[in-house]
Amino acid sequence: MQTNVLEYLEHTVGRVPEKIAFSDGTQNLTFSEVFHNAKAIGTKLLHDGLSNEPVVVFMEKSPAAVNAFFGVLYAGCYYVCLDVEMPAFRIEMILSQLTPRAVICDAVTRPMLAQYGYTGEAYLFADCVTGEIDETALAAVRKAQIDTDPIYIVFTSGSTGIPKGIIACHRSVIDYIEQLSETLGFSEDTVFGNQTPLYFDACLKELYPTLKFGAKTYLIPKQNFSFPTKLVEYLNTYRINTVCWVVSALTMISATGTLRTMKPEYLHTVAFGSEVFPVKQFHLWKEALPQAKFTNLYGPTEATGMSCYYHVVRDFEETETIPIGRPFRNTAILLLNEQNQLAGKGEPGEICIRGTCLTMGYYGQPDKTAEVFVQNPLQTRFNELIYRTGDIGQYNAEGELMFISRKDYQIKHMGHRIELGEIEINGGLCEGVEAVGCIYDTDKGKIVLFYTGSAEKSAVASYLKGRLPRYMQPNLIRQLEAMPHTPNGKLDRKALAAIYKEQQ
Amino acid sequence: MNQTLDTIMDILKDLHEDVDFESCTTLIDDGILDSFDIISIITEINSEFGVAIPADKIVPENFNSAKALAKLVEELEDI
Repeated sequence: MQTNVLEYLEHTVGRVPEKIAFSDGTQNLTFSEVFHNAKAIGTKLLHDGLSNEPVVVFMEKSPAAVNAFFGVLYAGCYYVCLDVEMPAFRIEMILSQLTPRAVICDAVTRPMLAQYGYTGEAYLFADCVTGEIDETALAAVRKAQIDTDPIYIVFTSGSTGIPKGIIACHRSVIDYIEQLSETLGFSEDTVFGNQTPLYFDACLKELYPTLKFGAKTYLIPKQNFSFPTKLVEYLNTYRINTVCWVVSALTMISATGTLRTMKPEYLHTVAFGSEVFPVKQFHLWKEALPQAKFTNLYGPTEATGMSCYYHVVRDFEETETIPIGRPFRNTAILLLNEQNQLAGKGEPGEICIRGTCLTMGYYGQPDKTAEVFVQNPLQTRFNELIYRTGDIGQYNAEGELMFISRKDYQIKHMGHRIELGEIEINGGLCEGVEAVGCIYDTDKGKIVLFYTGSAEKSAVASYLKGRLPRYMQPNLIRQLEAMPHTPNGKLDRKALAAIYKEQQ
Repeated sequence: MNQTLDTIMDILKDLHEDVDFESCTTLIDDGILDSFDIISIITEINSEFGVAIPADKIVPENFNSAKALAKLVEELEDI
């Protein structure tokens, strides 16, 4: 039985050593290079005494950064990816939660580390990979590892203003990769075009199936996603046949009319998720690529990537919503109503997940973990955790699961999951700001921030740029005389929505 | 300043309160505008001017400055 994700690489490297595994169009790494580099990095970390602890990978998005992840795993440690585009405040906050002893960096990021107050060891990727490989030490580490040892931590938005680190293990990732690969039909011929950043679990979809099958992943440079014709040209140049993108990346191509004049010629598998795909846009894709397979995916980071899928096999009206379908094999969904019982036919309920896919909760936050990773209320005779997603769902007449809404103020914006509370708390810390309230305009996909106080709008905008990642920045900032409150003193988001509508 | 440029400036200011759009000519090259901004600009230009920017005009050169965008809109209005 496979117990470590690195076994994917070890099986594949013997079969197709010289095939390119990861590329961004300029830098290429073959399976044999990935294998060698990862073992050299692992050896270096091991010799320096690191063991079963977080190692930060702070590099520009590149094949080398991906390679560094596997290096961390060879040392029996788990990786945490930080991005150069993250604001300094966020990086500091993550580093203070982890207190890592090792950071793997590149020439660009290395000089940046001091400004975050990091005092541990900084390992240059380029230096590590030229070092020796100690097969004996690597084998000893592997022998002692089990499949419930951690593999990564991914940080996601937290409503208290502090990002939450979700920690997953080898077992849940292997389970996910097996089920996802079967569902989407990946193979050695798969050529992935990666869109999502490496610091989210979304990139698991490309990285590990590439190792498993000896497939190939192109990390598509970000600027292409602003310019639809360039993006389609990129897909065609590298003969990309499989994409797992956020919906907004797909609609950027279709809504601009790009598919009328050019098509991604090799694309046969299109998976999308994290957001509702407007049926009108979906139709444009279906029309352009009638032979392609389209699959809607749904799942929270807490259950290792995606948990449910729906192959779009029937026609939808523009007013309809594409279902999230059914769980992957070896994953179960419980739809629980407010009495903690299974929701009846047509009754809405909270989507709860059961299975090996469950992660190990929030790093260093046992209380937060215990709130949502709970005993299965349907049976109390033995230990069995479920994860409560906070998403409200419902089965349609065909028995397919539909996403309805959120229980709280978490939103999905450009494929990113965001707590409005985190934006409000950070906005409230800006000098001259008294009160802050955020709403989300779902139709236009805009985060709207209202505030009271003497601060200029531009001051609020630039303050938030230093505190929150790009995708969490408000798209509109509006100053108010007074912040509306409900009778019991809570922020009145409905009133804010009404003010916003009036201003339009 | 002409009216087209004024309107473009309003659209851009709404996206980034803190950027000097009057002088900046590297909005794309320096990563100031991202894919969300590009989509917003296309949508706003469509509703303000009633022109749809064709896909082949959605290229970095046309989005690097407020002036380039205004020029693009005026060209499209003339067609």
